[in-house]
Amino acid sequence: MSDRITAIAYLLHLADNALVLGQRNAEWCGHGPVLEEDIAMANIGLDLIGQARLLYQHAAGLLGGENTEDKLAYFREPGEFRNYTLLELPNHGPLAGSASADRDYATTITRSFLYSSFMLLRWEALQQSSDTQLAAIAAKSLKEVRYHVRHSSDWMLRLGDGTPLSRARMQAALDHLMPYTQEFWTPSAFELAAQKSGLGANGEDIHGDWDEAVDTILAEATLTRPATEGHVPQGKNCIHSEHLSWLLSEMQGLARAHPEATW
Amino acid sequence: MAATLPADVAKAWAVLEQVPDPEIPVVSIRELGILRDVIGTAEGLEIIITPTYSGCPAMGQIEDDVRAALAAAGLKARLVTQLSPAWTTDWMTAAARDKLRAYGIAPPHTTVAANVVRFAARKSAQDDVACPRCGSHNTTETSHFGSTACKSLHKCLDCLEPFDHFKPY
Repeated sequence: MSDRITAIAYLLHLADNALVLGQRNAEWCGHGPVLEEDIAMANIGLDLIGQARLLYQHAAGLLGGENTEDKLAYFREPGEFRNYTLLELPNHGPLAGSASADRDYATTITRSFLYSSFMLLRWEALQQSSDTQLAAIAAKSLKEVRYHVRHSSDWMLRLGDGTPLSRARMQAALDHLMPYTQEFWTPSAFELAAQKSGLGANGEDIHGDWDEAVDTILAEATLTRPATEGHVPQGKNCIHSEHLSWLLSEMQGLARAHPEATW
Repeated sequence: MAATLPADVAKAWAVLEQVPDPEIPVVSIRELGILRDVIGTAEGLEIIITPTYSGCPAMGQIEDDVRAALAAAGLKARLVTQLSPAWTTDWMTAAARDKLRAYGIAPPHTTVAANVVRFAARKSAQDDVACPRCGSHNTTETSHFGSTACKSLHKCLDCLEPFDHFKPY
């Protein structure tokens, strides 16, 4: 794998993560459990989409030719996306099939907590990337993800250490999502190559810190950390759940129906 | 484009000094630290700007406003967006902080790198935000996120004023 191919795969992985979770969070717009949380999810989604834009712009520059941030976001197929499977899962999580199956805030918060705690450590490490543009994006994103960690940790505590119902729903969300975090710690070929070239971060280095941060909050939230054996998802290697194509068809529909449209 | 004259650089600074932030029009983009530099190069003027939050929707408007202000002054320039060093609220001038307060927005604290807690789920001393109306420190945070990416919502428990706080970044 050449350094250029490695860099493109790594940047698309980071960008797709941010875009897909940004889109999922944006589904709460107008539907938040309270007004402040509606605004919070839209803000967090906006930060993520902004980070995705910077990363796509950089990847488009390396790809050259006719590539632009919009082409990479709107005109790639599900099988070309490199986001973690965790991030494409619907917001209804373990409530699927029940009367309240539309959106589960416990799932949204738990995912935001697990992922932002991981990205805080990853962006910290990526500030030292040999790719100076990626290092610059990391320095900006780090400032933003700190607020995402703070927001989600706060709700982990309030809902986990809350009523019996809120606690049960948080535990169900955690049980449902935690196995997907295995993908954080199972390096793919492009991540190993990026680590070697100095562009990427070493997952091993941050695993211990992540465990500690997650365990601290879970203990305080009176939640039990579930085991994480079993199937390891492969989203970053472009093998996705069925949910990604639904998400993309909604997100990409307008751009594909009206290519090059401006307003 | 011909080489720039030093007078053009000075003129561009003077013009851009007047460009307000589209969301918080009491402060200029210079005072907020968005306008980083004006450079005279052999190819013409270069305006260096830096984005605030990655997803701030005002950035497009700011670029348009900068172009329009320069064009109105008869200046041509190239806009360069620079990410590094990352924008920080520490670059906000003292005058800008006073203007924010007078406008009803509590200005940001200084972010000393050493004070930035990695995982800060709970409130810290940095979250002590004074009410811009009555100055009381007896305030509470209503929401981490506010009407724009850069602000959080607070309420004064003494004068009961709800207010925005420009978050440290």
